[in-house]
Amino acid sequence: MITYEWLYVLAGVGFAVWALLSLRDRLWGNAGFWALLAASFLIGSHVSDLVNGLLVLAMVAIAGFGGLRRSDPSTTSVEERQALSARLGNRLFLPALVVPLTAVAGTLLYNYTPFGETGLFETRRETLILFGVGVVVALVLAMLWLRPPWLAPAEEGRRLLDSIGWAAILPQMLAALGAVFALAGVGDIIGGVAGDVIPKGSVFLTVLVFALGMALFTMIMGNAFAAFPVMAAAIGIPLLVQQYGGNPAVIGAVGMLAGFCGTLMTPMAANFNIVPAALLELKDQNGVIRQQIGTALPLWVCNVAIIYVGAFLLWN
Amino acid sequence: MNYWPLLGIVIVVLGFALRFNPLLVVVSAALATGVLAGLDLVAVIEALGKAFNDNRYISVTWIILPVIGLLERYGLQQRARAVIEGMRGATMGKLLVAYLAFRQVTAALGMKDIGGHPQAVRPLVAPMAEAAAQKTHGELSGGERDKVKAMAAATDNVGLFFGEDIFFAIASILLIQGVFESAGYPLTPLQLSVWAIPTAICAFLIHGSRILAFDRRLGRVRR
Repeated sequence: MITYEWLYVLAGVGFAVWALLSLRDRLWGNAGFWALLAASFLIGSHVSDLVNGLLVLAMVAIAGFGGLRRSDPSTTSVEERQALSARLGNRLFLPALVVPLTAVAGTLLYNYTPFGETGLFETRRETLILFGVGVVVALVLAMLWLRPPWLAPAEEGRRLLDSIGWAAILPQMLAALGAVFALAGVGDIIGGVAGDVIPKGSVFLTVLVFALGMALFTMIMGNAFAAFPVMAAAIGIPLLVQQYGGNPAVIGAVGMLAGFCGTLMTPMAANFNIVPAALLELKDQNGVIRQQIGTALPLWVCNVAIIYVGAFLLWN
Repeated sequence: MNYWPLLGIVIVVLGFALRFNPLLVVVSAALATGVLAGLDLVAVIEALGKAFNDNRYISVTWIILPVIGLLERYGLQQRARAVIEGMRGATMGKLLVAYLAFRQVTAALGMKDIGGHPQAVRPLVAPMAEAAAQKTHGELSGGERDKVKAMAAATDNVGLFFGEDIFFAIASILLIQGVFESAGYPLTPLQLSVWAIPTAICAFLIHGSRILAFDRRLGRVRR
């Protein structure tokens, strides 16, 4: 059976290659950072939690004190790319499309045909595993077709990875922060505080505080998934559903979406807001957030209205 | 009640405001929160290490970078621009609104991996939007170019966030279902996902009209 462990080895080997190439360029900080990440992927499942924690601290020390730099591996010039693009034509899109198509078509086949009964993939892990399969297939196809120098995919990947830099592991780090917050009971404390500040008896104000809490807590945690259980337990279920008799389906579904409006406005949602700014080489790290605020605020107002109308006016 | 662990949140907010390195901010917040909640430092480091290890799947997606980088070496971005330049009547506004609709509909059908920043926005959508904007408005300044690219990234996010919850087998729907079920309110995923539709329509109307207004504004500055 293919499990996530296979993906971790694949990614670990990739990060190890990037570390070696950084070493060759004498980018010591980059080499150390990617080597530690490679170690986390390759041996993380076999060492103690403390060793994993120390790996994290070492990576943060390198990145936190400015040890990561942009690399500049040799690549084709803009003129060369123009000429190649004209010669190769729209076939260039095909290898890029292999990855999502493998992931989507594979997931559908696995879930709705007898293919799933083979038990080839770890349960509920098939999409990401198929994504990995798609990457390998696309890479092999592109290598056979374009016949680039052997190291080209690794060097081109490193060019992109170093333009992302430390932000590449921020989403994973935020997930870890969420786990520590949960362990420390931060959610329960916030829920208690939120429950105390709401004036009794006003349905609309309670809806407002619920939606506001979802958006704000999501902005702090970078993730609506962390905010939802807290706000549902503090306000959504005890007040809106039990006390005021609102429709639980609306409160749950649209409450989560009010949190997504917060995701659009926070640098903590790194993989949606900070990583693309780096990938697109924007000068302003918050450029993507700036374009999203104008959508997020009116949409949040819509969500408040939908909860109030859908869960109370139409329901009762 | 012990309110001290909330200091972790203060560290996060202040750290970002003062533009410290985010990794440093996040780890400091985690260590401070754990210790203030009464755990000893080694236990907090262990918890952090375990959680980082358990969430490695999030960073696995970077293995796509060699494929995208290799195709860029052979002119993928230039090809994306050429396709748009060859289309008559293609404007940035129409292109991004079409992408918004495409992203929302495919996400609503459960195909949320069909877009995304490394695999779709950087190599395809952003260069296409840039080419379309230049076609209608002429050469763009550096700042305008960045805004067009940022709008392309924003469109991907809005499309994904407010499309995916219509699909009933998505993680967020399952989470909502789980939370309500444990509180004694059993709901089916379908009951929840239909209530994502009104917000999806609002998101399309709001973001779509903002894209079109942005396109008009780009044009007005130069005339």
